[in-house]
Amino acid sequence: MNQNLYKYLIRLGDDSLIIGHRLSEWCGHGPILEEDIALTNFALDFIGQAQSILEYAGKVEGAGRDADDLAYLRYEHDFRNALLVEQPNGDFALTMMRQFLFDAFRKPLFEALTKSSDEQVAAIAEKSLKETKYHLKHSSEWIIRLGDGTEESHKRTQDALDTLWRYTDELFYEDETDKALEAAGIIPSISKIKEEWEKTVNNVLTEATLTLPTNGWSYGKGRAGLHSENLGYILAEMQYLQRAYPGAKW
Amino acid sequence: MKYSKGEIWHFLEEVFDPEIPVLTLVDLGVVRDVELIDEKVQVTITPTYSGCPAMRVMEEDIEKMLDSKGIQDYEVKTVLAPAWTTDWISEKGRVKLKEYGIAPPSEELDKSILFGKPPKVECPQCNSTNTHMVSQFGSTACKAQFRCKDCLEPFEYFKCLK
Ligand SMILES: [Zn+2]
Repeated sequence: MNQNLYKYLIRLGDDSLIIGHRLSEWCGHGPILEEDIALTNFALDFIGQAQSILEYAGKVEGAGRDADDLAYLRYEHDFRNALLVEQPNGDFALTMMRQFLFDAFRKPLFEALTKSSDEQVAAIAEKSLKETKYHLKHSSEWIIRLGDGTEESHKRTQDALDTLWRYTDELFYEDETDKALEAAGIIPSISKIKEEWEKTVNNVLTEATLTLPTNGWSYGKGRAGLHSENLGYILAEMQYLQRAYPGAKW
Repeated sequence: MKYSKGEIWHFLEEVFDPEIPVLTLVDLGVVRDVELIDEKVQVTITPTYSGCPAMRVMEEDIEKMLDSKGIQDYEVKTVLAPAWTTDWISEKGRVKLKEYGIAPPSEELDKSILFGKPPKVECPQCNSTNTHMVSQFGSTACKAQFRCKDCLEPFEYFKCLK
């Protein structure tokens, strides 16, 4: 069970870490000052969540690794984040769409995880859920404003949706790890989460006057450690200091 | 142990939040518990937000305070549950926030970001409720930006988290 829990925590923690890193790239580049601050606030929340989750993953693994070891000293193939979160920021519409599709998944997930039979998983979920509610509110309102905005903003938001849609299936990836944890009451059934995600996505996209892409094909090998070329660049930047100066302390 | 639990709580009331230096960690509700286990002092704290960068400093400041009282055997433990809420900011803390120019959290969870009505927040300078939210996000994770339409002063609002 510990090996399964470790695997699951790495997926959960890597999603937070990588999207947090992507958001931090907006620092100093936001379209307006308030949004710059909002995006970096989100980044901080996600990196904070990653810290709690990976710290616990290290404990569960029992090999003496802490959150920093897991974040800074693993290689690309050891990362288990979904491909969605490593997609480049693009324009503001793309970043917000990525955020919305992800937040709409994270909220029901954390809600369900607060009832986990694992005490620490429940504690992390309870803490993260409060932040996630703010995030989802923010990203959905931007999607509505941009989609139902000007011709230009509508076009860009629709383009963003068309670009990112193929990565959403992977959020609901499930294998024997998930099944074992679900049976132990540690994680919820992913199909329930998907139902809620679809409801939120449909409501918001309809209000935003956006059209759901109809193509059925999807990408998604991130949970197996097969990433797009984007992750390598992220890690090169994120891990540089610990690779160049092993053991460097703040 | 040369000190009682009450005395240790008292010491902690002199440790201030690094980002809002008028509030103590006790006012803020970050200190959850003090235990004396034989000769050891165990202080339990909880973060306001997951990524609160001040947590490490708070931990060190508590350690420094205990050191300065000649306590050698101590542990500062961080717990995530139950999750911190602005309800834990003490009455004294709310008054101090306002005097410092930060509007204390209202009872209501902030529902507005781009749409919807923002919470009614009183201007800490002139007490007018004719105020306007400039941004849901501010200089730290826990604050939003407001402006008073009467005295025209900008101010920060400690946003409600429940
Ligand atoms: Zn005023």
